[in-house]
Amino acid sequence: MKPVINESGIEIKPLYGEADVAASGGEAMIGQPGEYPFTRGIHPLMYRKQPFTMRQYTGFGNAADTNKRFHYLIENGQTGLNVAFDLPTQCGLDSDDPAAEGEVGRVGMAVDTLRDFETAFDGVDLERITVSLTINGAAAVLIAMYLAMAEKRGYDIARLRGTAQNDILKEFIGRGTWVYPVEPSIRLVGDTIEYCARHAPKYSPVSVCGYHIRESGADPAQEMAYAFCIAKAYADDVIRRGLPVDEFAGRLSFNFNCFGAIFEQVAKFRAGRSLWAKIMKEQYGATKPGSMWVRMIAGGGGGGLTYEQPELNIVRGAYYALICALAGTQTMALCCYDEAYTIPSEYAQRISLRTMQMLLEEMGLSDTVDPLGGSYYIETLTNQMRSRMQAIMAEVDAQGGIVRLVAEGAIQAKVSAQAYRRQRDIEEGRFRKVGVNCYRTEDKTPQMEFHPYREDDARAQCAALAKVRAGRDAARVQSALARVEADARSSANLMPAIMDAVKAYASVGEITKVLVGVFGRYREPVRF
Amino acid sequence: MKRIKVVLAKPGLDGHDQGAKVVARALMDAGFEVIYTGLRQTPEAIARIALDEDANVIALSSMAGSHVPICRKLKALLEQAGLSDKLWIIGGNLPERDHAELHALGFKGIFPSSSRLEDIVNFIRENAP
Repeated sequence: MKPVINESGIEIKPLYGEADVAASGGEAMIGQPGEYPFTRGIHPLMYRKQPFTMRQYTGFGNAADTNKRFHYLIENGQTGLNVAFDLPTQCGLDSDDPAAEGEVGRVGMAVDTLRDFETAFDGVDLERITVSLTINGAAAVLIAMYLAMAEKRGYDIARLRGTAQNDILKEFIGRGTWVYPVEPSIRLVGDTIEYCARHAPKYSPVSVCGYHIRESGADPAQEMAYAFCIAKAYADDVIRRGLPVDEFAGRLSFNFNCFGAIFEQVAKFRAGRSLWAKIMKEQYGATKPGSMWVRMIAGGGGGGLTYEQPELNIVRGAYYALICALAGTQTMALCCYDEAYTIPSEYAQRISLRTMQMLLEEMGLSDTVDPLGGSYYIETLTNQMRSRMQAIMAEVDAQGGIVRLVAEGAIQAKVSAQAYRRQRDIEEGRFRKVGVNCYRTEDKTPQMEFHPYREDDARAQCAALAKVRAGRDAARVQSALARVEADARSSANLMPAIMDAVKAYASVGEITKVLVGVFGRYREPVRF
Repeated sequence: MKRIKVVLAKPGLDGHDQGAKVVARALMDAGFEVIYTGLRQTPEAIARIALDEDANVIALSSMAGSHVPICRKLKALLEQAGLSDKLWIIGGNLPERDHAELHALGFKGIFPSSSRLEDIVNFIRENAP
């Protein structure tokens, strides 16, 4: 019999029994849902009480276009929003910056000032629909904009819920929308966590992402281990400021990938949940259950989808959704079948949304908590995945810690070498992908509805920005930006100054330029 | 015979570099010398690096849709730098409808998502000046 080794390097047996569970560490870490160590879920009743939130990643063109798509998704039963920003916004550039040419509004919504946020969320009930901002390098500014926009509309930010991705360490590994060097970037993340803990305690200022590390070539155990190393780096920064762990850890959230083998993935989530709880309790002395929770969004898995026979991605998406529901995710977002080609069409978005709704309405996935719990195979694999993650985290610490390894480009080099080996394995048929290296068809690719890009929209965005600039109180903007600069040079928390600046309609680019003047820019270490 | 030298660049703001790094490793394994630029290169920087490095091949990786405006700018700069006789190639998320224009701009090799590493290597071997 040919041996089967899963992607995380664990040998898979043809059959599992009680002895395997015992040999892998036993049942000590299983527990009950809603109880430490939360292997079976962070809530006692999970989806029986509240089904997962459905939050498709959406945004393109300008704020008005995106607002229309938001309303379309909400009308179709989506229960949260997940905002995509264009690359200039993500990199902290204004739409009229020469470096933004050709990229304004292309892969997400263009945001220059608070005015764009006012338009984007017009008519969206921010208490009923929680909003997640997929923003990293420019996160402090965009979080400030979101809070300012909500405040302006009369919401009490002390009660406002929502999430920002704001995980800069993983941007250095994959995704690449960094702005400042590593150390000041971590400080900014710490500033947002500290500020939210004090002023917007229901808001989740960070969603630590294993997702993109996996996309960059990490295996599933590394994905989760590296994400936890990164989450610890942020927690350490905040604790150094004197904030007790229980005052902020409950608002840390996570974003994980899910492509790969079904049971390995489910075990990964269960293992990760218990490992994080153990870390928070034993290493950080957390006492509130919420501080030990892995609250997460999952469901994407772009790296598992294929360019070939793209309609098969609808089926893959359904399996990925199943994995995430079996694993007890809080929020789900599926990649659309056309994403290897274009920004998803309305039609493709709706198929993804219906896929998730089907699990809840037709397939009984919300009936019972942790339905795979107690399976010999799943419990063994959960123990084994947890051990793998612990070993990887120990290795990172022994090599100098995640911050150093990322700053030096060591993690990047490691995962990209793995991505290369995987690509070779696919091309040479050792790692099977249906439609790619087996069961290929020579049919022509089905017609795709390509998302249009209009140069005129970019010009209109620049004109709108010019109008905001002309209409605002210039002296107020100047003094707000001067305060941002002064606070950046001191050790003050930057968020109050950034809040002032966005309320004065200072732009993303203007605020970022001031910070770059103080912090400098990241220089990418290129290592192979 | 002189070793083939490739400047592999990520133009624009696109941060998707997994593919570019995979291709870079494949080209190195094939025996080529590879200068990978890292992210966020302007067309001006790419032309300058290609000239300074005396590269035979100028390769771009673009995943975020701005390949046509970038290639238009780069064409003029590469011509100004006297690099018209080098092999220009591009890979990434490149819809078929843009291939004719990319060819017309002088990009002889176009490798959309799903291209095989072996095909990229062979193309360079056969076409590098």
